[in-house]
Amino acid sequence: MMMRKFSYGLLAGAALMAAGAIHAQTIAPAPMVTPNPPPAADNGVLTGTVSDDTAWQSLGIAIPSFATNADVPTAASAGSTAQVGRAIAEVITGDLKNNGLFKPTGPNSLPPIPIIQVLTPDFPTWSTRGAEMLVHGSVSAASNGNLVVGCYLYDVSLRQQLVKATWEMAPGDWRRAAHKCADTVYSRLSGESPFFDSRIAYIAETGPKDHRMKRLAIMDSDGANHRFITTGQAMALTPRFSPDYRKIVYLSYLNGRPRIYVYDVESASQKMIAEPGSPAFAPRWSPDGKWILYSMASAGNTNIYRVSANGGISQKLTETPGINVGGSYSPDGSKIVFESDRGGSQQIYVMNADGSNQRRISFFGGRAATPEWSPRGDQIAFTHIAGNLRIAVMGVDGGGMRYLTNAWQDEAPTWAPNGRIIQFFRTEKGTGKTSIWQVDLTGRNERRLPTPVDGSDPSWGPVRQ
Amino acid sequence: MMPSMLNTRLLSAGVLVSVSALALSACSPKPPKQLPPEPGPPVTNTMPAPAPVVPVGPAPGSQADFLASVNGRDTIHFALDKYDIDQISADILRVQAGWLLKYPGKKATIEGHADERGTRDYNLALGERRANSAKAFLVSLGVDASRLTTVSYGKERPVDTASTEEAWAKNRRAVTVTID
Repeated sequence: MMMRKFSYGLLAGAALMAAGAIHAQTIAPAPMVTPNPPPAADNGVLTGTVSDDTAWQSLGIAIPSFATNADVPTAASAGSTAQVGRAIAEVITGDLKNNGLFKPTGPNSLPPIPIIQVLTPDFPTWSTRGAEMLVHGSVSAASNGNLVVGCYLYDVSLRQQLVKATWEMAPGDWRRAAHKCADTVYSRLSGESPFFDSRIAYIAETGPKDHRMKRLAIMDSDGANHRFITTGQAMALTPRFSPDYRKIVYLSYLNGRPRIYVYDVESASQKMIAEPGSPAFAPRWSPDGKWILYSMASAGNTNIYRVSANGGISQKLTETPGINVGGSYSPDGSKIVFESDRGGSQQIYVMNADGSNQRRISFFGGRAATPEWSPRGDQIAFTHIAGNLRIAVMGVDGGGMRYLTNAWQDEAPTWAPNGRIIQFFRTEKGTGKTSIWQVDLTGRNERRLPTPVDGSDPSWGPVRQ
Repeated sequence: MMPSMLNTRLLSAGVLVSVSALALSACSPKPPKQLPPEPGPPVTNTMPAPAPVVPVGPAPGSQADFLASVNGRDTIHFALDKYDIDQISADILRVQAGWLLKYPGKKATIEGHADERGTRDYNLALGERRANSAKAFLVSLGVDASRLTTVSYGKERPVDTASTEEAWAKNRRAVTVTID
């Protein structure tokens, strides 16, 4: 998984890098709903209709194939450098299209550009085409077999380069360069943190409702690089990627007993954690990957425990009659939000990471379950149950509750690494068919994620390093 | 909720007449090694009638013998979000206990389930809680606790696949499966 960002232009595709320093951009988190408007003067022609009445506007972005200085074969699945260049532009187009902010036009509708234009775009032509923003890029093969991908964002009206970045990666990781470029564009234009270069663990479901096969599976944030991890012989539920993506903690009914396992992605081996004597479920990582939370039932009561990711003695964090379950750390690791029915019905509570100072924060009627702390720290997503199950968010003090979805049964939210989008799974009434969806914090941009079979329990990991 | 609070006078009596409305689920006689046994049709259609005296009956002490002895009533049901043992369930468990006391060498697993209208993790805990209620009741009747294990399938294994109140009532259950 070697991929590095160049700190300065000492590259194979050298000529392209001449125009100035290449720097890692650092983007401060922007305030909630109002992104900085793109710095475009308003003389461009909008290529699409604005379908959203928030400050978010659909922004016309042209993304032609990435050019290459020499079309040579590569070890990448996409093919030669020219083919990789086109595929990368397609992936970027898909990424940007799917979050409701932009109206990208991809390489299938645009003429290719000569490589010289990567650094000196033909602004008048793009302006005529109605593009407000322009993404150009280059792909070249390095002598060590790696690919070098450059990514440039231009404001067509201002005729100005807004941002650029370059990465070198193994050919097999070419999609990551596309996601990194999409992240670069997204961040520069929205003011938000990146999230496309990330992965998702989930449960792939097949078969009839009363005998579903449930398998652990993983995929990139756009559904690519899909892989089944378990065979389905033992039911798998509730996976979570470790923060470094090397491990997945999940619940398996291996040998007929629900227990928590940590699966090592590289070695394809797994080990059971926690006390083998009792049923355990609902595993979660701490943000630093050092701890695993889990819930264990004993004599009918369920409590939340914490154990080192390396195993060892568990520490009991809750101790009340009833069901205490789940748990999600605040981004700084100091607090845990969890679910408990100690007061009579499922509600949401917060405690310190050592179990002290437990207090209820949900007081808005109905039941509240599966809380997940936003990676930005400012909100908690959860499942609200009042007849139907719906995805909702609230402040960390329990205030400002609002719904993001409205279907028969939506549950188990998981945050995008930038805290702007939430995935969850939807169950269809009657058939029990499940699917993975995502929705942004406005609740307006909702879409289904493509998965090879039905999907549930999505778990979104952090942006890859 | 202590099972001992419930009426236990009827332990040995076969007072089972009034529970015919309960769904009879015919679980296949296997221990839950990997997946739980696939539940039979929820409707009371083809239950092998509680065979009065058949020439060749099931082997004494087998799961088939258990099912026959309890008139197919291997399952108890629960109200929404509840895990307490009501009178009907108590009667069923008493008959089950009678069989378990008759075959002290046999072990059993109690499978706890929830309906689909809840979140996955909570329903796992709730299923465990229901299975544990059944276990505690059986233990209160003299069955050695070490013979009984529990496993929760949460909402993952409905016996009735419809999305109706009636189906959900059937799915909120604890099933006793003896281990041959």
